[in-house]
Formats: sequence, structure tokens, C-alpha cells
Amino acid sequence: MAINKELKKILIIGSGPIIIGQAAEFDYAGTQACKAIREEGIETILVNSNPATIMTDQGIADKVYMEPLTPEALECILERERPDGILAGFGGQTGLNLSMALEEAGVLGRLGVRLLGVNRDSIRRAEDREAFRELMLDIGEPIPRSAVAVNMEQCMAFIGEAGYPVIIRPAYTLGGTGGGIASCDAELELLARRGMENSAIGQILLERSVAGWKEIEYEVIRDAKDNCIIVCGMENFDPVGVHTGDSIVVAPIQTLRDEEYQMLRDASLKIIRSLRIEGGCNIQFALDPLTSEYVVIEVNPRVSRSSALASKAAGYPIAKIAAKIALGYSLDELKNYVTQKTSACFEPTLDYVVVKFPKWPFDKFNTASRRLGTQMKATGEVMSISRTFENALLKAVTSLEVRLDSLRVPSICGLDDAGLADKIDACDDERLFAVTEALRRGASVEGLHERTLIDPWFLNKLDNIVRMERALRENELDSGLLREAEEMGFTDNEILALSGVKREVLQDIRVYNDIFPVYKLVDTCGGEFEAVTPYFYSCFDTEDESRISKRDKILVVGSGPIRIGQGIEFDYCCVQGVWAIKDLGYEAIIINNNPETVSTDFDTSDKLYFEALHTDDVMNVIKKERPVGVVLQLGGQTSLNIAENLSKRGIRILGTKFKAIDLAEDREKLRLLLGEMGIPTPAGFSVTDAAHAFEVVEKLGYPLVVRPSYVIGGRAMQVVYSDAELRKYMEEAVSLSVERPVLIDQYIEGREIDVDAVADGEDILVPGLMEHVERTGVHSGDSISVYPPHTIPAEAEALLVEYTRRIVRELEVVGLVNVQYAWDGGRLYVIEVNPRASRTVPILSKVTGVPMVKLAISAMLGGRLRDSGFGTGLYAKKGLCAVKAPVFSGAKLTDVDVALGPEMRSTGEVLGMDLDFSRAVYKAFLAAGTRIPGSGGFYVGLRGPDRTAAAAEVLRQYVGEGFRLYASEGTSRFMREQGIDAVTLGFDEALREIGEGINGVINVPEVANKPGSDSFDLRRKAIERDLPVLTCMDTAKIFLEAVRMKRIGAPLEYRTLEEYLGC
Amino acid sequence: MKGLLYLEDGTAFHGKGIGARATAVGELVFNTSMTGYQKILTDPSYKGQIINMTYPLIGNYGINRTDCESSRIHAFGLVARDVSRHPSNNRSVMTVADWLEGQGVPGVCGVDTRMITKKIRDEGTVKCVISTEGVGPGEARGLCEGASLRQDWMREAGASERTRVDAADGRPRFRVAALDFGIKASITKALSAKGCELHVFPYGSTADEIMSCAPDGIFLSNGPGDPAAAVEGVEAVRGLLGRAPIFGICLGHQLLALALGGRTYKLKYGHRGGNHGVFDSDTGRSAITSQNHGFAVDEQSALACGLDVTHRNLNDGTVEGLRHRSLPAFSVQFHPEASPGPNDSGYLFDRFIRMMEG
Repeated sequence: MAINKELKKILIIGSGPIIIGQAAEFDYAGTQACKAIREEGIETILVNSNPATIMTDQGIADKVYMEPLTPEALECILERERPDGILAGFGGQTGLNLSMALEEAGVLGRLGVRLLGVNRDSIRRAEDREAFRELMLDIGEPIPRSAVAVNMEQCMAFIGEAGYPVIIRPAYTLGGTGGGIASCDAELELLARRGMENSAIGQILLERSVAGWKEIEYEVIRDAKDNCIIVCGMENFDPVGVHTGDSIVVAPIQTLRDEEYQMLRDASLKIIRSLRIEGGCNIQFALDPLTSEYVVIEVNPRVSRSSALASKAAGYPIAKIAAKIALGYSLDELKNYVTQKTSACFEPTLDYVVVKFPKWPFDKFNTASRRLGTQMKATGEVMSISRTFENALLKAVTSLEVRLDSLRVPSICGLDDAGLADKIDACDDERLFAVTEALRRGASVEGLHERTLIDPWFLNKLDNIVRMERALRENELDSGLLREAEEMGFTDNEILALSGVKREVLQDIRVYNDIFPVYKLVDTCGGEFEAVTPYFYSCFDTEDESRISKRDKILVVGSGPIRIGQGIEFDYCCVQGVWAIKDLGYEAIIINNNPETVSTDFDTSDKLYFEALHTDDVMNVIKKERPVGVVLQLGGQTSLNIAENLSKRGIRILGTKFKAIDLAEDREKLRLLLGEMGIPTPAGFSVTDAAHAFEVVEKLGYPLVVRPSYVIGGRAMQVVYSDAELRKYMEEAVSLSVERPVLIDQYIEGREIDVDAVADGEDILVPGLMEHVERTGVHSGDSISVYPPHTIPAEAEALLVEYTRRIVRELEVVGLVNVQYAWDGGRLYVIEVNPRASRTVPILSKVTGVPMVKLAISAMLGGRLRDSGFGTGLYAKKGLCAVKAPVFSGAKLTDVDVALGPEMRSTGEVLGMDLDFSRAVYKAFLAAGTRIPGSGGFYVGLRGPDRTAAAAEVLRQYVGEGFRLYASEGTSRFMREQGIDAVTLGFDEALREIGEGINGVINVPEVANKPGSDSFDLRRKAIERDLPVLTCMDTAKIFLEAVRMKRIGAPLEYRTLEEYLGC
Repeated sequence: MKGLLYLEDGTAFHGKGIGARATAVGELVFNTSMTGYQKILTDPSYKGQIINMTYPLIGNYGINRTDCESSRIHAFGLVARDVSRHPSNNRSVMTVADWLEGQGVPGVCGVDTRMITKKIRDEGTVKCVISTEGVGPGEARGLCEGASLRQDWMREAGASERTRVDAADGRPRFRVAALDFGIKASITKALSAKGCELHVFPYGSTADEIMSCAPDGIFLSNGPGDPAAAVEGVEAVRGLLGRAPIFGICLGHQLLALALGGRTYKLKYGHRGGNHGVFDSDTGRSAITSQNHGFAVDEQSALACGLDVTHRNLNDGTVEGLRHRSLPAFSVQFHPEASPGPNDSGYLFDRFIRMMEG
């Protein structure tokens, strides 16, 4: 079999905005798929509403539709493009569900579009619990005893047969949304109802719990000829019970005998064959460690987060191969991209150990339960590679950027024994550290195994680390001990802390004995064949395989794991940066640790180092490669944070120098500087204790914005209105950041504007401005923002550009800079200066056609903007309208508020584009998955300060559109005063009406994010019922645009990016 | 205990010694399997060889009483990056180190096994010395130069006398004469499970002796060494051609080719692992195979003596399977019995059964 020659044009569905359970891995998969298809000379059409992705960039697909991923939009695009086939398996659950919908509606059949790689039947059998069960029974594969239920009676009947504990999983959801383990009737009731609500078809699966068994995954590929291979087997450190997305995962499988491995391999092949999948598939098993009995837990008939991990872990590009298979190729016709000589029809063998560690958002969501279960909570992950498990694990922990150099977490080491035992039983994100601490205190591996069911093999490895900690404490540090500690992955800081020696002594021992890491190649074949791909990891071993070329090199430091506040947009910038560096004739080297991303694809850069992003790790790569410069401004705060250390070591940082970075990040210094320049900023002070804080209140009055210095994504930032709030904040925040003061600023009420500029040291180019819809105080990452600005007067725009130019000159910014302004209707204030790439760079690059990162790299290397062809100053506005809307993973974290505030909570974003503002808004809400009611009732609850005439005007418009309004007593009184009809509802009544008479909520709460408060529960219930929850009057106002469009049935047109840019 | 691995090119790897205090000279090969070390070490085909495992963590699931391909370790030594001191598996009864010690086999760990693999890849399989007795590089060099490696281990890797293995269910459907050059237990098991009663013949048995058991089919086993050194084996196979259906695996495959007048040659560094794809021209499909061989059959010579190439290695195109155009005889270079490795090719045993059914 070879490529199907009839395929001339293929449409690829992206996965849309990033949410928990569906993240950057689909940008990676989709980008690979586009490239793999395009290189066959087939025209590729991409649809994805996520503007932060690489895949939606020019040059990846032939045509990009940045339009909502809805069946209606897809149908129009299919009509317009008439592709021969549609690739559905690369856009996660979103892509699958969408193509199923199109298939079922008969759209694909009517237009003669073939589903490639997956078929309706295989999707149904893998995703529909009942169909899957039947299939497994048919082919004789064991599954846990289970039942499908659509009501509580069926649930109880199953419990009668199988007893507790029982696992609940909703059918057709992402990342196990709404699932859980129930051990009693009350838990069952809660989880089962939520599961039925979350399921697209109101169906849940109840299943005998195999919690505590080993959890094993296989990544399988099959072609149309029925050839099958396993790309990678993976074993979870955490036994069954913790979602694999929240588990520490190890590759390859460590604790299975060959026969057990082959038993599950045989089962995997049988399953993928029975599903007749042509492409990639992920299969999860539970294996009883005592008897080797196994059951099949789950099958994902598409590329997934696990397949991205497996691709990076094994060096085998699953998405690329799966795309080729969808075109008709068979595995034995394809080559191994790593060796370029051998066949792709083989099974990668690893000669290293890979550890994946999840990155959780609990630092942002401090009210969320940290307990891990069947519902995924992680937003991202890191991966590490080494020759031993201990080393890989410690590298992964240091890659998390949670200020950990080791497994010693002060708060856990400080627990008493009972507290520690509770912590271990809590099974939360810190269990690893608690278990290690128990070992440190002398607990036995056997005892801990009984307690946690973590395999003794892993526990013994942790014990090895604990023994090394002890050795470092008790023995004098010599070269032998240092080498052993390094081999095990101990960081310099940890060795210093434990041994008590001075850094210079450590350095001396290191240098005299030449104890430096070497770099080894990831080559898919354990060294059997020569590999050409330059994909390296560090370890302490004999031979260094990284050959250094004679070319001039530039190192780009990546952005690490995806987290709230630092998402895929920085990977976009890094990848763009790498490409620009290559174009300019330099060797582009990247260092990063996120397995989900395009930046860590082995053919993105000239050389990839898969490493932690600590100063030590980056310096080791610099020592090895001797780059002419290092780019730190593309990897978000992660890379910027090491600017000081690199600068101190005499490393040349390209673009803006550390001094300027420091100045911009130090609000106090920046305020002084701007003051001298005559540029207004909100008045503010930095304080280190509560007493100082109240002195500031005397001067500025409320409301105030409080925040710790050096932040990512507005961590722990808050607007406070009273002494009580301020006191509480100071108590909590000061413990958050000991070395750095708390900043208290005057709160400017007005509009925020994001300015992203490229600077070359002389001139600046501002491709476009983005105006926030929500007033100041709502985090820029969570606000809806609009290109071009629609309420800011032209003089203010000119002033924005002028201020930006002056700031850039003064700070000697070279490269990218993001300045956030507030416009209070009369005056412009500078709120923040970020001398780095920002969240808005990919959006502005796409909607204006200005390749910002490319220009920035060129500027860093001496290029002039005025020679770039894009001019300087403010770039001419395009005739389009683009509305960015945030997307929250609200359904995943049940104890997290959705109310907007200065703390960022969104995990992703979408872009709505149109020639018309209202339609762009409509598209943005559609793309964000917001349900837009055309009629019905809204519940309104406004805090005191928001009961204004302007708010009343907005509510009047809702009434004008025919909505019935319900309100709490206080709000209701206010509305009556304003002459607006409202039905007054008590809290319980309101809660009951949600989803019944009420199909939308406008609620500006007094205190956001306080579980247990009435309004929190209302908002939660609305979110769980998938209703719009608008927590800022500005959002409520703009939402009306979408409502009106929906009510008049406004016809939407869908265009390619190129068409928009030409408008 | 210190461990030394000395290569004939003069490279010395100093690591930790494990297992028995011993010194051995042998051929250094690498194996890329990530699981199955116990089966590998007990596979008689490794006789005379020192195995460098490319996967760095060996011994994770310990040693058990079931996963043996023969009654003892045949390899002369084990080289690994790291050997687990605390294995974890429900069947584990001891560590790899204790097992090696009990079997008198030396091991070296803590060395750069990837570097060793690459040396073998670039220079070909090499002679080496493994020692845990404090032998220094100088002494090792003397030992290395002084030793000549035996090529005819198949003479003694298998049974020393005739034995019988019953069909697994006690109801034999076929009588198979197996020529034992170091047969793996998994092969015996696979044939017995298919209803074969096996009559196992030691090396040196003549064709007439073998035919005296009136077999329905003849099986040529795997085994160590250079096939060309198995002079009596080739002679016996030649005498068996056409007298009953023949199936050969690995060394058996090479001997079938030699008996028909074909040629074998030594591969630069062989195929040892469980991940190579092999194309089967009969099915038009490819399977992932278990491999363990240092020699291969020369394609032209095979074609010239009445054989068709049925299987081919997808990586290097070498011959992986042959079938005679007129005689009922076929063979594969890889291991359909897996152990360790994928079970994808078990269907070949059925092919043998069908051939015996006529």
C-alpha cells in the first residue's frame, strides 16, 4: 500500500483552547500532522480557534481558519473548501467529537469527505462505554466488572452486585471530567449525578475499583495493512486511582517481567486491531501486582497527551507517522526519522529512563482540593531523561519551577509523624515528598508500600536518594561522593545544603576531578544504529556524544511546563525564535523540558537539549556549546528568571540586558524612573509588614491593588477594599514571599491596553494594540480583549505609542517588550513593563501579519526595523476585528471559583475574527464554548460598588432582549430603584432555578474564590450546568453582542487568516 | 568488588564487579531488549559471549524460577549500567547479582554501556575480557591476546543424549525430531503445546539415527557459534532433506541453507533484541521479532540452491526467512518463540504443523 493518490486536499481539526486534559500536546501533534501531509504535496486546511499555537502560524498549513470549532463553522468551511478527507484524530477529544457530529449529521457523506485514520465505528466502540465493553468481551480481553448507568437506580443496582469502592466515569469527556471513586452512598450520589451531567450523552460507567494495581500504558500504532507496533510502554509511579495525567509516569516499563510485558503487548495489539484504528492509539491497563491478572481500563483511539510524551520519550514521532498512515502508507514503507536509514516498522528501545512529572495549578487555585483522583487537575507537565531513575526523578522535580532543588520540602519535613502519615494518606500532589520524608525518618519500604501501594521498586529508589542525603550529611565531600551524588541527580544547591561545604570548595572538587555531565543522544534504538537527529540529555557517564559544530550558535531558553499564566504562547515564541535564528544563518539550540510542545520536537531546532532550566543546567549546556549569545526573552518568566545568574557569570544575553530587566521588574525602581520621565503610573509603595501597609492606606485610600514582587500571572494579586481584606492579605501573602516585599498600588479604574512592541535600540514597531473589555483589576490573561481598540481615542493611542517608545529607549530594550497601560478616560498610566515576549505576541503576529518574534531576533542580532519592510511606529490597522476570549477549565476543578479578579485563572484562550465587531465577539464566545441563551432568565447579583447607573443600563438591555431577570434581595432593590423588573429569589430558590428558569448568571461577587459562600455555590452550579457565568459588568455588556447576534440568527462567514489580512 | 571489561582494541572499562569472582574471555555483543534478561542469559545461543545490555536498569524484577530458557546461564558474562539490588515482582526469588554468583558468572556494572554499544556498532563484535577478580588492563590484554574464541559451541550447548518431550496435552498429533544445538525451552514448549511429541537428538546424531524415530517433521534448533563450524550438523541436515518436513530457527535456519549448498557470513555486530521489523512476503505484512544472531545467510547463494527468501529484515534487508522451492523445508532467522520479545510470529509454528499435516 502506498499513499492514496486521490487525496489532494485534507482538512485538519485542531483541539481549540487549552484546558486541563487537552493542552499543548495537540499543537505538537497537529503541527506534525500538517507538516507530514504537506510534504506529500497535499493541500492542508487547518481549523483551530486557538491563536497561541504554532500550527495556526503561516507556513504550517496551506490555509488556516482561526474560527470556532463548532459543527456549524466546520460545515461552512467544508462546503467552502471541499476537501477530500478530514483528519480528526489530531485535535484531541474536541476533534473526535466534532467529526463524529459532522458524520452523524450526514455532512461528511453529503460532501463526500472521508474520515481519515479513524472511522465512526472505531470511535464509537472506543468511546462509548457499553460498546467498548461488548467489544472487549467479544475479543476476550478482561475488563473490570462494570455497568452503564443513566440514572441513580441503575447505580444502586450495580452497588448491590459489586459493592464499594466503585469508579465513576462519564462517557465522552476530556481528561476524566466529572469522574471519581466512591466509597459510600453519599459519594456515589454526588459523583454519579455530576458524571451524568458532564457526559455528552448523559451516560456514566460504574466500574469495580482496581485502585492500587499497577497502571501501565502502551502507545500503539497500526496501519491499514494491519501492521502494529508498540512505540512505548509506560508505567505509573502512582498505582491505579490517580489519573494518569496526574501521575508521575516512567518510561519504559520498569517492574514487569518480559512475559507480563508481552502479555499486555499482545492485548494492546489485539485491541487496536479489533478497533481497526489506522494511526495511533493509547491503551491503559491495570495489573494486579500479586497475581499478574490484568484488566483493560481505557482506550484512546487517537493521538493524546500520552502519545506526545511517548514520542518525546522514545524519539518516535507518533503524530507524524499516524498522519502518514492516514494518507495510506504502511509502517514498513516509512523510514525511522531518527536514523534516516532503518525502518519505521520497529519498536523503539530506550537506553535511558524517562520521568514525567505533572505540573499542578494549586499555587494559583489555593482553594482547590489537592487530592488526586480520577479527575485530572494538572495543567502541564515536565519530562526528564537520564540513565538512572533517581537522576531522572530529581531532574523532573527541579524542572517544575516550584523552588525545589530536591525532594526535601520544608513544609513536609516540618510535619510531626502523625501529620506526615496524614499527608501520605491524603494522596495529593505532594505525596512523593511525604513518602520520601517517611523514609528519611526510618520508615520501611514494605510499610510504605502497604500504605501507598506504590511499587517497592520505586520506593527503594527513593530510599537510595535518602541514603545519599545521609551520606552527604555525614561524610566529608570528596570527588567520589560528589560524583555519586551527581550521578543520582543531586543539584549543587542540595549538595551544598547537605554537606555544608562552600560553593567554591564544591567547584574546586568538580573542576579538579572533571565532574561535569556528558550529553547522550536519544536515538530510538539503544545505539544500534547511527542517528542523525540532535536530541540530547545530560547524565554522568563516560562518553559525551554531543559534537560541537564550528558554526556560530545561539541558545534559546524555553518556557518549561504549561501553567496558568505561562502557556503555550511562550512555546510559540521560542519556536518562532529558533526558526528566525536558523534563517539568519546561526545554529539554533534550544533547551527545554516540556514534552508536550513543538519546541521539544526533534526537528524544530538544530539541536535540542532536554533539560531542567536551572542556572546550573543552562550553564552546563553553555559550557559545552559556547553559544555567541543566549535568548532569554522568549520563554516567559521562566527564562527571564535566570537572567541575573547568567549575567553575573558573564554570559552574553541577547537583546535587553539584565540591568533593564531588573529595572522593569522592580516596580519601585520602575516607578521612580517613570516619574522622572514624566510618565504617569499608579502611586504605590512597597512594604514588608502590615504596619507599613496601613501607612500606605493613609496616603492612598481604598481600593488598592496588592501583590508580591516578581510574579507570574498575577499570583496572589488582589484588589482590596477594606482594612479587613488588607490585613488578611498581608498575613497570607507575606508568608508566600519572604525575600521580596509586597507592593501596594493605587487602583486606577478604567480600561487596560496591552502594547506589544519590537525594539531595535533605535526604533520601535507596534504591530497593534489590544484593548481589554473588562476594567482594570481583572487580570489581563482573563480579560476579553479586542484588536483594534474600540473605545480608546486616537490621541490616547498615539500617546501610548509615544510612551512605549520613550520607555523602550530609556530601558535600552532590544527585542520584545509588553507594556500594560490603564486609561481612565483622561489619563494614561503605565501599569506594567515586561521586557519579554507576552501572551499577546502570537495573537498580534497573526492578526497583523507582522512576524514579531522574527523581527525581535533580527533586532537582537543587529538588524534594523526600518530595513525590515514593516516600518516603525504603530503599524497600520487591519480591516478586521479580533476578539480574544479566555477559557477556564471550570468544569475540572470543582472547588475553584470562576469569578474574574486580579489572579489569573484561565488555562487557555480563543480568538474570534470577523470584519464586524459584533460578529467577532459572537465568534469568540462560540469558540470559547460559552452557551449563548437566546431567551430565558438571568440571575443577577451585584456587589455594592457595582450597583451603578451603567450597570443598570446593561441590565435594561437584557430585559430589552426579552430576558427575565432574577435577583438577590439587595440587587433586586437596586434594580427596582432603577425601574428594572426583577424577580427576587432567596439563595435556595435561586440555586434550584439554575438550569431551570435561569440559564445565565450575572454575578459580581463581594469576595471571589471563597468556597462555601452562597454566590460561589451559585456560580459553581451554573458552570457545572454549562451556563454562562458573567462576573464583571463589562463582560455582561459585551456578552449582549453575542446574544443579539444569536437572537437575530446573524449569518456567520468564515474566512482564512490570509483572507482576513487582505481585508 | 571491582569489575573490568577489557576490549581487544585496548579500551578498558572500570566498573563495579557483581556476581561470581571470575574472569572470562569471550565475544562481546550487545542486546537491546528492555526486558527478558533472565531468558537472555539462559539462552544457550549466547554461549561464549559476554552480553552488554543497552537498557541501563537490569534486574528490576529479579530472578524467578520460571523464566529460564535452559537449566543455567550460558553467557560468559553480563555488562550493565546498573543492576537492581532491590528487585520487585511477585515471582522474584533473588537478585541478578546473587544468581550470577551462584552460577559462577561474572558481571560488571557502572560502566558506560552506551559507549560500549557504539564501539561494537562501529568496530564490530570484539573479543573481550570480563573480570571481577582484580585483573588489571595489562593482565587482561595478555589474556585477550592469548585466547582464541571457539566457534563450535553448538557441539556442547544442547543435550548430550537423546531425550523425549511429550505433547503438552498428552495426546501427540505429530512426532518431531529436534536437532538440539542449544534449543531454547520456549521452542520445546511451543512445539509441545501444538501437539508435537519431541524427540530431541544431541549434536552429532546422524540422519539415519534421527530418522529411526520415524518423525512427521524435523526441527532444527537455534544454537551458538559459527554455523560453518557445525560440520556434522550440516551433514545430518543434508541427509534429512526431503525425508520429512523441516523447520529451522536461527542456527537451524543457517544450517538448512548450508546443507543445501548455500553460504553464511558474519554480520558486523549481529541482531540481538526484540524490536526489529521483518517483512513476510507470504502475508505481505511485517512483524516485530525477537532476534539473536551474529551470522546470516547469503541471499545469492540461497537463491542459487533452490531457496526463496520469504522474510527480510526491514532495517538492513538481510535474509530472515527461507523456503525451499520443491522440498518441504522452511526456516527463519529470528525467533517465533519470542522469549524474550514479541509473540507476533507464533503463526510460523502453525505453518510447520500444516506442513506436517501435508
